[in-house]
Amino acid sequence: MLSEGGSFIKGMLIGGIFCLVLSLLSSFSPVTESRTEEHHHHHVKAASKDELQQLSDSRLQELNNQLQVYCVIMVQPKNLLYWATALDTWTKHCDKAAFYTSESSKALEAINLKEKDDWVRLRKALKHAYENAGDIRWFFVAEPSTFAIIENLKYLVLTKDPEQPFYLGKAMKSGELEYVEFNSGIVLSYEALRRLVNVFPDEGKCPETGRALWKLSNDKQLAECLKFTGVFAENGEDVHGKDLFNSKGVESLIKESMKQNPNNVVEGCCSDMAITFSDMSPNQMQVMMFGVYRLRPYGHDFHDLLTFYPPKGSDND
Amino acid sequence: MKVPSTRWAFLLGFLVGMCCMYFSLQQVWFEQNYHVHSEAQETATVAGERPTSWRKEGGALLNLLLPHHPDEDSQVADMLSQRVRILCWVMTGPYNLQSRARHVRATWSRHCDVVLFMSSVEDPSFPTVGLGTKEGRDQLYWKTIQAFHYVYEHHMNQADWFLKADDDTFVVVDNLRWLLSNHTPEEPIYFGKRFKPYTKQGYMSGGAGYVLSKEALRRFVKGFRTKACTHTTPVEDLALGQCLEKMGVLAGDSRDTLHRETFHPFVPEHLLTTKFPKSFWYWSYCFYPIVEGPQCCSDLTVSFHYVEAELMYILEYYTYHLRAYGYVPRYLPSARRRQRLAPPLKAAKILNLKLAKGVKDKANHTASALVRENQAAEEKRAERGTEDNASFNLPINRTASRQGSHH
Repeated sequence: MLSEGGSFIKGMLIGGIFCLVLSLLSSFSPVTESRTEEHHHHHVKAASKDELQQLSDSRLQELNNQLQVYCVIMVQPKNLLYWATALDTWTKHCDKAAFYTSESSKALEAINLKEKDDWVRLRKALKHAYENAGDIRWFFVAEPSTFAIIENLKYLVLTKDPEQPFYLGKAMKSGELEYVEFNSGIVLSYEALRRLVNVFPDEGKCPETGRALWKLSNDKQLAECLKFTGVFAENGEDVHGKDLFNSKGVESLIKESMKQNPNNVVEGCCSDMAITFSDMSPNQMQVMMFGVYRLRPYGHDFHDLLTFYPPKGSDND
Repeated sequence: MKVPSTRWAFLLGFLVGMCCMYFSLQQVWFEQNYHVHSEAQETATVAGERPTSWRKEGGALLNLLLPHHPDEDSQVADMLSQRVRILCWVMTGPYNLQSRARHVRATWSRHCDVVLFMSSVEDPSFPTVGLGTKEGRDQLYWKTIQAFHYVYEHHMNQADWFLKADDDTFVVVDNLRWLLSNHTPEEPIYFGKRFKPYTKQGYMSGGAGYVLSKEALRRFVKGFRTKACTHTTPVEDLALGQCLEKMGVLAGDSRDTLHRETFHPFVPEHLLTTKFPKSFWYWSYCFYPIVEGPQCCSDLTVSFHYVEAELMYILEYYTYHLRAYGYVPRYLPSARRRQRLAPPLKAAKILNLKLAKGVKDKANHTASALVRENQAAEEKRAERGTEDNASFNLPINRTASRQGSHH
């Protein structure tokens, strides 16, 4: 008995070490493989100024007019302050902003999905957005704790064809799965959303209850479903390779930059054309609104090749 | 029988060990979320030192090349900077160089034509000017007097306007130039966040920063030479305001063309999101009606106060970097809205020609018109003298309020 127990324990130890060694050895090759993959397929940048200048004026105007964004904002009454702030600030710059809630709120109006499960709610919201898209070909999915600059989103996708599947944002990798992080906003082209909505009924590929033993987060589940339709996550970056979708707030990012680039804090920090920030308080979001759309130094012009006018019905932009 | 069972036990243990290790590795290592970003990102974040574009001259920093964004056309700003030269002096002290003044030096002060950091002690490496005073809240006016005299003696010819700011003030110098382009340095006038008590024409908040014309600076110095002005109180902004009033220098209206304030004695979050209680001193201090909410502050804001290190960089990022591509702002003062389809270069030329003309017209606006305007405003207001001694103690806490002594 004792010798058997001893053998068992010896076996366990050796088994554990064997597994560790095996994974250490195998971990070197996948990393180099995926790095070369990343270079070619997983980054989406905005068109450069040169590329845009090659387009004719009429083509530019056509693109400017056609480019519309449908914002899908997933709200809940428990996040009322964020909901109200999103309503009052950045969502006014969406061509269509639809708020989807878990239950109705007396204070604010939204499309009531009457659904407690957040994954099912997200599916319902995306389906509803797809069915009510009209002529709109780009979709931006966010929570109200995200702050988005829709004009910069339009700039990013300006020359991208929405009839191609695009699934953009801050791309993360978990094991083998690459997904777009939810809290920094998810961009879907019309084709990507179409494929997604068509795979929803397939319980095998895209179940409502989730596939793993433990419940995967919504952004990972979304990535799994999209993977089955041949749509893969891509990281949104500016011309210098800086992230456009930020999962942190501007204060955190500046603090980090103060530690890492003390002599070049602002330029070492965030992109000038950033699209999203997350994890900011409602008040900080009001300040960002002022900072993005209003506060500026007199006499500096950018000669942008697109023109976006202020929306009706607001005075904080 | 014994041998096979131990072998089986060993095998079982081996399998169990492998499985356990695999699952625990999965939790800790494999399933960790990595951010997918290109290598270019990593090089972008490790930015090197910017080439220096300023020259040290004694205790001053002379900006040879105003900062420029690589993608922008700053013709209008450059033209303004040639016509409206600004010397910025920053009130600081030896204990605040690393915690505050350093961040001013790294951000907004780079947009001034000349920068001086005024301290009680000289420090050639920063550089700071040594005023030969002590430090402390009670030294504020002494330091201000010494600082302006120093500027008068050493840098009078290098600028047209002279700005005083604290080491926790953030200033958008380009917007200050726009504001001042409507005036000439020969006018006896100064601008800032205008407060009304204790003076006939009001005075400017020290923390929000104030800017004197060349003539105003001459009169300030003359006031002390002729003893018309003396060190009456350490309450720097009020005392300076009283001296300037005595010397016939006008307290200007720094609001934009929509009557929105440009100099601010608080941080943007406070101004944009707070409803001030009716008992708050601010209500009785502001010369112009307070507007709460987003219209509190001009798009072409000049200053904020109580700005700590991180916020300096955040504001620099908001002002000079982060923007909404292609966005045409609601407020477009003295500039025509761009025609949509005009090729960029042509549009710029049209725009700049129009702007140049507009700016020149404004410069002809004379001081006499200002005086008339000011007198009319004055007649509307009741005299608030210094008779009320009970409330005289308030300014010490309000205008010069700061935590701890650090000047």
